[in-house]
Amino acid sequence: MTEGHSTLSAMVFVDLSLLTMLFLVAIAMLRSRHLFAVVMLSGIYSLLSAAFFVSLDAVDVAFTEAAVGAGISTVLMLAGMLLTSRREKPVMPGRAPIAMAVVFITGAALIYATIDMPAFGDANAPANAYVGKQYVERTPNEIAVPNIVTAVLASYRGFDTLGEVLVVFTAGLAVILLLGFGSARGGREVSDQEDE
Amino acid sequence: MSMFAVATVAIVIAMALALVRAFAGPSLYDRVLAGNSFGTKTVILIGVMGFLTGRPDFLDIALLYALINFAATIAILRFFSYRQPKRTPAEPSSAATGGSDD
Repeated sequence: MTEGHSTLSAMVFVDLSLLTMLFLVAIAMLRSRHLFAVVMLSGIYSLLSAAFFVSLDAVDVAFTEAAVGAGISTVLMLAGMLLTSRREKPVMPGRAPIAMAVVFITGAALIYATIDMPAFGDANAPANAYVGKQYVERTPNEIAVPNIVTAVLASYRGFDTLGEVLVVFTAGLAVILLLGFGSARGGREVSDQEDE
Repeated sequence: MSMFAVATVAIVIAMALALVRAFAGPSLYDRVLAGNSFGTKTVILIGVMGFLTGRPDFLDIALLYALINFAATIAILRFFSYRQPKRTPAEPSSAATGGSDD
């Protein structure tokens, strides 16, 4: 077995096992009624998908997934979980045939839609033919940023990114104004009955 | 190169083992530890994957993941240390004993 083959098969192995683990974690999250376990599993799910994004070369998405999914949202879920009970109420085991049918039909339609997608790495695919090609050709000359994704986000679409940052900042500010700083430590618990 | 391939397989197996602990529990701290060690495995996997594909630049990403993982674990544990004394009698010490699952 040559080096290239061994690298390729190792990467295929990594991708397959990451996807398998994602699937298992999702099933376990669905089946568990212990909310803390679900929160920890969702953190693991984010880490797994971040690793999968890195293996797909989507490094910026992986960054976001790791910071938001594994970091912040785990803590937020814990904060929410501690205000409620630790166990989910058991769901009645009744079946919902209409919902099941809708899910299956939607899934089948989505899978059918993927047949029309261009093949992986196809040079004539729309994603590679028009704007993307221009970015790839121009970025080394126009902008002194080695990573093309970074160049697109921070320079070509700089105003767009600035607007996004503004929106996220405003949203965070509003949440802080509503909830207050430091509610994790000794913040007043919210309850409907007692009025302190 | 095949050395890195073997290391990758070993790390994936270790990830699966940490996953088993996260599924099985039973106590709260088992799950925190499983999540933390799973994060560490992710960091190592990304680092090794970078060397496997001949792009050691991935090491920077792995470092950032290590930071995030560390901060997240500290945040989770601090959360429980803050909340512990204020436990209501309706849920007797389910966090203190680790909230055994089923």
